[in-house]
Amino acid sequence: MTARVMTITSGKGGVGKTTGVANLGVSLALEGNRVVVLDADIGLRNLDVVMGLENRIVYDIVDVVEGRCRLQQALIRDKRLPELHLLPAAQTRDKTAVSPEQMVRLCEKLRQNCDFVLIDSPAGIEQGFQNAIAGADEIVIMTTPDVAAVRDADRIIGLIEAADKGTPKLIINRIKPDMVRRGDMLTTEDVIEILAIELIGIVPEDETIIISTNRGIPVALDGQSKSGLAFRNIAQRVMGKDVPFMTIDLEPSLLRRVIRLVGRR
Amino acid sequence: MGFLDRLLRRAPPSKEIAKERLQLVLVHDRQPLSPELLQMIKDEIIVVISKHVDIDRENTEVTVSRGRGYQKLIADIPIRNPRRRY
Repeated sequence: MTARVMTITSGKGGVGKTTGVANLGVSLALEGNRVVVLDADIGLRNLDVVMGLENRIVYDIVDVVEGRCRLQQALIRDKRLPELHLLPAAQTRDKTAVSPEQMVRLCEKLRQNCDFVLIDSPAGIEQGFQNAIAGADEIVIMTTPDVAAVRDADRIIGLIEAADKGTPKLIINRIKPDMVRRGDMLTTEDVIEILAIELIGIVPEDETIIISTNRGIPVALDGQSKSGLAFRNIAQRVMGKDVPFMTIDLEPSLLRRVIRLVGRR
Repeated sequence: MGFLDRLLRRAPPSKEIAKERLQLVLVHDRQPLSPELLQMIKDEIIVVISKHVDIDRENTEVTVSRGRGYQKLIADIPIRNPRRRY
């Protein structure tokens, strides 16, 4: 039984792919899965730092692909969750250091010994993106509810379908419920209407992510954090369980609409 | 939006503007063929079909139908003389 290989990509930078991969990886491992998270952002590695594993890097993906070490030597075991491993990116090379064919072969090797391979894609549509999706069975688009990110997500979806990688699924990240209520942020429904792909998760904007990244502790390990819960819910859905979406951006309730009509805000 | 706001005709919520702009920009982004290219294709189709059948050139239309996963060229070519040529 081989692993499911899943790439998280977006087009736009800064929407939360790396945080998403780290936390989805942790969440899947918390459920008992053997998980490898792979940083495909060669030259600008960040998955290591978000996971708090940056001091443990000895070898990276380019060392593996160029034969300077065995795959097993490059994989870093997360001491908090022994079934979770990180394959870090190289920091001193760039996206051309690895080819899509090499990524496919690497994923084939990785998938023999775990349940999930999660690939953190770089932003953009160039070789880094091509590398990141080459070995994937499934692709998840991460977006934020704003014009630029959604536009880029749409383009990426088109590229993915054109590459015969099927139809990706969607996570909407960094939702601010107050702004949604005020009518200043696109709702989940708006984004789904525009992108027309299946939603697998919504994640609220959450300061605890910054704090936990400062500490190198993925927020999915924090029982109090709403975004942590959101990521754990996504992991459940990825595993096939039916988890209702958090109500973080309700359209105004009938009562509130009535109050507004009467003149109070 | 509040009753008073609507009464005073204040600007719609910014997310509505965002949504409209996005929908417009994506219609344009998803467009695969330029109008010039489309015209060239149409002209050449007319030439080729005309070799075999007499067609109504003025009412011939070649359009692109597109979704995100597909694009189709649709040629609507009225034939002038439906009887077979020998």
